[in-house]
Amino acid sequence: MGEPVLLTYLHEPDQGELQAYSARGGYEGLRRALSMSPEAVTDEVDKSGLRGRGGAGFATGRKWKFIPKDPAVTKYVVVNADEGEPGTFKDRTLLEGDPHRLIEGIVIASYAVGAHLAFIYLRREFYHAREMLERALAQAAAAGMVGRNAAGSGFDLSIVLATGAGAYIAGEETALLESLEGRRAMPRLKPPYYPAVKGLYTQPTVVNNVETLCHVAWILAKGYEWYRQQGPPILISVSGHVARPGVYEVPLGTTIRQVIDRAGGMRSGRKFKACFPGGSSSAILPAAYLDTPMDYDALAKLDVYGSMLGSGALIAMDDTTCMVEVVARTVEFYRDESCGKCTPCREGTMWLGQALHRMLGGKGRVEDLSLLEGIARGMTGTCFCPLGESVPPAIYSTLRFFRHEYEHHAKTGTCDVRVMA
Amino acid sequence: MTDGNAETRERGNAAGLSEGAKSEIRRLMAQFPQRQSALLGALFVAQNEVGFLTPDALADIAAVMGLPTSEVTSVASFYHLLFFRPRGRHVVQVCTNLSCMLNGCGRILDHLRRQLGVEVGETTSDGAFTLKTAECLAACESAPAMLVGTERFGPLTPGMVDEVLSRYRRATRSMT
Repeated sequence: MGEPVLLTYLHEPDQGELQAYSARGGYEGLRRALSMSPEAVTDEVDKSGLRGRGGAGFATGRKWKFIPKDPAVTKYVVVNADEGEPGTFKDRTLLEGDPHRLIEGIVIASYAVGAHLAFIYLRREFYHAREMLERALAQAAAAGMVGRNAAGSGFDLSIVLATGAGAYIAGEETALLESLEGRRAMPRLKPPYYPAVKGLYTQPTVVNNVETLCHVAWILAKGYEWYRQQGPPILISVSGHVARPGVYEVPLGTTIRQVIDRAGGMRSGRKFKACFPGGSSSAILPAAYLDTPMDYDALAKLDVYGSMLGSGALIAMDDTTCMVEVVARTVEFYRDESCGKCTPCREGTMWLGQALHRMLGGKGRVEDLSLLEGIARGMTGTCFCPLGESVPPAIYSTLRFFRHEYEHHAKTGTCDVRVMA
Repeated sequence: MTDGNAETRERGNAAGLSEGAKSEIRRLMAQFPQRQSALLGALFVAQNEVGFLTPDALADIAAVMGLPTSEVTSVASFYHLLFFRPRGRHVVQVCTNLSCMLNGCGRILDHLRRQLGVEVGETTSDGAFTLKTAECLAACESAPAMLVGTERFGPLTPGMVDEVLSRYRRATRSMT
């Protein structure tokens, strides 16, 4: 295991203070970036291999290169701090523990793409993170790291902090932009509304995740070669039935089994049964896949539909878990958070929820297995945005790996899992 | 930052916004290239002052921001944390998503129902607490978790829930 990078100073109680942050090498990445050309900064990020840590995993440097260079065109940087993917809590951890790192990353990104106004769209429920961030922003502005002539470079940048109001869908980047414009958080049509082309206020916009921008600050401080030698690192939020749930930093490609071991293994006396490797939008993997590397390509290439690294949220479940109950809860979440714009998502999640609820209530039928499969098929590739597309993976993977649990529920009206455990 | 901890004002003719709230909304509008971007912030300003989004408060926001009241109301109705009905001084949000479910949030929710004597969505008769469920609060390392007002708690045990409730009850009494 490499040395920690992103989590290095998170245990320091004063890390949110500008002075302590600077004394530990903070804002060196910003100074270095501002001494380079914007193109060289983007190249550095590109060469680091950094991919977006919000869930989609798009190459960060490439994303920045889509932004037009014409200085007459107004551009914006928007930080997606609306962390809400079930099982994910690394962004909240970074915001609360190292808020200046994000600010540093925002200034670097804005400089690279030529934006003079950046927005942080913070999840409303992140009250403690907001306190930390507001304080850090005020300190950074007072010290001249943000604002006119940032760090004496001649580059101007204002950062505005805005909050959501409770909506998972606002984490989808175009829905986030709608929300930031003061509207219902409903996703936009792509094309033409690719953020890099027509983003916030229809201007070219970079939307980056909190963890992504923290990586950027480290890459510019230490150089891309050093960064790559560290793994490159990623944060995994480990939760569920592990002994020590928490945020763990591991080299990209660490196996699921190794990550669970880092979290103290499964809780005592219990055996691993299954996990979501990348939040509830990913497929559910049984024990046979424990040695899969937690890497974008390795997880995506598995023979399981919807297997992905996603936001790096590993939810581990032990042998006391009823998979039908897990899938029902997952479906209900997407049903309640569906914006209702497109039919497959709005109707599909509702009918799936009803069928699963009926099964858990002891009134399931054997035909319900093909009903569930059929509804999931109807949603696959037909939804307007990734929210609806996040539902079929859990259905398909559990129908395949834990079919007997559905069958037992349908045939007997009872659950056999807790009896076995 | 008083979401969920609002001191609900006496009803009557005071359901609209104060001048202070209106100027706070104007300050928010000035932060953005387009004024509507301040709408979510404005809705919280109103909710935290009045207690919930009354028709008068919505109309006041619309007037200050130069937006149709229908648009203000439509936007507000999209989001979970904006309320159109009175709520308790403290909103208790129990996370019921996967990691909390796997760690026994059902038991915590049952305990809260019993202790508060209300169902999910209801407010205690003394107006102190509104009980709600929440989707993943991004606090899975401390599952099962809940928010009371703006404060996060977890991993919860029934005993810890009792302590938190009595602390908030004492705070409520000392305010009145």
